[in-house]
Amino acid sequence: MRARRTDGIVRPSGPGAIALRVLLFTLLGLFCLYYLFPLFVMVSTSLKSLAEIREGSFLALPRAISFEAWAKAWGSACVGVRCDGLQPYFVNSVMMAVPAVLLSTLLGALNGYALTKWRFRGADIIFALMLFGAFIPFQVVLLPMARTLGELGLAGTVPGLILVHTVYGLAFTTLFFRNFFIGVSDGIVNAAKVDGAGFFGIFFRIVLPMSLPAIVVTVIWQFTQIWNDFLFGVSFTVGDSNPVTVALNNVVNTSTGVKEYNVDMAAAIIAGLPTLLVYVVAGAYFVRGLSAGAIKG
Amino acid sequence: MASGIRLENLRKSFGATDVIKGIDMAIEPGEFVVLVGPSGCGKSTLLNLIAGLETVTSGNVLIGGRNVNKVPPRDRDIAMVFQSYALYPTRTVRANITFGMETRRVPKDAQESALAEFAKLLQIDHLLDRKPGQLSGGQRQRVAMGRALVRQPAVFLFDEPLSNLDAKLRIEMRTEIKKLHQRLGKTVVYVTHDQIEAMTLATRIAVMDNGHIRQFADPATIYENPVDLFVAGFMGSPPMNMIPGRLFHENGQVFVLPRSARERIRFPLDGPAGQGEGLADGREVMLGLRPETIFAAGAKLPGPHRFLFEAPVEVVEPTGPDTMLVFQIGGQDLIARVRPEDTATPGATFRFEVDMGKAKLFDAGTGMAL
Repeated sequence: MRARRTDGIVRPSGPGAIALRVLLFTLLGLFCLYYLFPLFVMVSTSLKSLAEIREGSFLALPRAISFEAWAKAWGSACVGVRCDGLQPYFVNSVMMAVPAVLLSTLLGALNGYALTKWRFRGADIIFALMLFGAFIPFQVVLLPMARTLGELGLAGTVPGLILVHTVYGLAFTTLFFRNFFIGVSDGIVNAAKVDGAGFFGIFFRIVLPMSLPAIVVTVIWQFTQIWNDFLFGVSFTVGDSNPVTVALNNVVNTSTGVKEYNVDMAAAIIAGLPTLLVYVVAGAYFVRGLSAGAIKG
Repeated sequence: MASGIRLENLRKSFGATDVIKGIDMAIEPGEFVVLVGPSGCGKSTLLNLIAGLETVTSGNVLIGGRNVNKVPPRDRDIAMVFQSYALYPTRTVRANITFGMETRRVPKDAQESALAEFAKLLQIDHLLDRKPGQLSGGQRQRVAMGRALVRQPAVFLFDEPLSNLDAKLRIEMRTEIKKLHQRLGKTVVYVTHDQIEAMTLATRIAVMDNGHIRQFADPATIYENPVDLFVAGFMGSPPMNMIPGRLFHENGQVFVLPRSARERIRFPLDGPAGQGEGLADGREVMLGLRPETIFAAGAKLPGPHRFLFEAPVEVVEPTGPDTMLVFQIGGQDLIARVRPEDTATPGATFRFEVDMGKAKLFDAGTGMAL
């Protein structure tokens, strides 16, 4: 099926056209190299021993593949004074990112549904204000948020970070779902009303199952944002509750001892893997969902 | 059980725009009422007011004698079929049809038996495990009907249910809807812009225009005795020929002299249209002649009130069972419906015969029938 999609394309022929195609593919190849090269260096360095890194070129392939650096980065690298590797901080990030993503996605879906399918006076103003939230630089809210978390008794904890990410994710998740639901026929909601379902009945049983593409887009977006966040993590958590991004910084920027490039590289890849994984698993939906939103919005 | 519907001075405004401008209407239990009118006349809004999908601005909606102004759609004992079908895309046909019973906590075995009965009636029993996306337009239509029928409400509301189907399927489903109504005897309010659907289905038709009901009567009355120019022009295909002219009397007989007619044709009003009051000399009128009342001279058995005239044919449009001849009087295109064997050539003069007994007369200023 997939191969046949290109069958119907009419292409120009002749020497000029062939020369252009060669040029095009050469350029594309160069761009690919440019983007893939850092990844190659990271992976190959992480598999080398420290001695090999010091002696050889950083472009060379490892002579002997060793996973020692990976094991150290995961389990025994020193983050500050604690030498348990990234593992506990990775767990922190999972405990923080998963609830924050689910909560902000669910609330965004609920907002989008209410703003488009249960129109009320001022809905447009509320949406415009929420959209405004997407453009507020995070630095601006650091101090008020720190004060709020302190008042709530959540300062320096993972639940506190969940709250921060949920609140600041809402602007984006609401935008995504609002644009998706605006393309969903009102007739379906009206039919469900006549069929006897209420606000939440229609949401959970009819509308939410329909919005899988929007859910996938939102989950990928939110997960990437929240997992990769450094600023909120470093501002609102302390020591043991740090997310993995902060811990990675502490591993790499340590000022004592020998610089262990292989461990740094392995640690950086470990910290980046989950977002890559989410892209690979849900990537096909991501593109589909984005374009669906674009057409319907 | 079927319920009647009463609308009392019903009004609906969206902001400053008045969409429904004071409608009074009484629909008897078991009636099939069709709301018909051009786009934007308020017919769908009126249906949504009955359904409870819009709030009334003022006036009352009564279903089965109960004022339902403040009753949400779910508690009005109604079911609705939408133009876009509005099937739930993630649910199977079975789950689509039973959704309304699920939300009302109908026992499982009662759901199953109702589902089985109506799936069979609508011939969709082999589709129950499919998703709406896997169905054809006609099948989706049947599922949408099944979803409405299965709850056995007192009133059915149809919002242009056939307008997304192709012509052949539309005629088929039209017949089925009529059969279903005859069989179930429920009250139906049906919105369409298709005047043929209105004529074929309705026990009574409400012709709407610009937020008002122009005429509410049985199909024959609407067709034969339209109250004004709007109803006369809207119902019928091809539409009624409208000839602007002036009245004059000669030898005790009333005639219509078409305005600016060089052809020197004058139509004698010797049928019922000439019996009205106020047919004073010089009054500006519109003479309405349905295309089927103009035919080839000698083509039908002679009767009273026949009038013969000649006019050059401009266009010949064969449709199969009939042929439409377009000709001009007073610079205005008129259509005659002749038999296919009445050969005519464009440009040649054709001898027409018109049944003046079926002629309609309207006031040119107010548009009201005289």
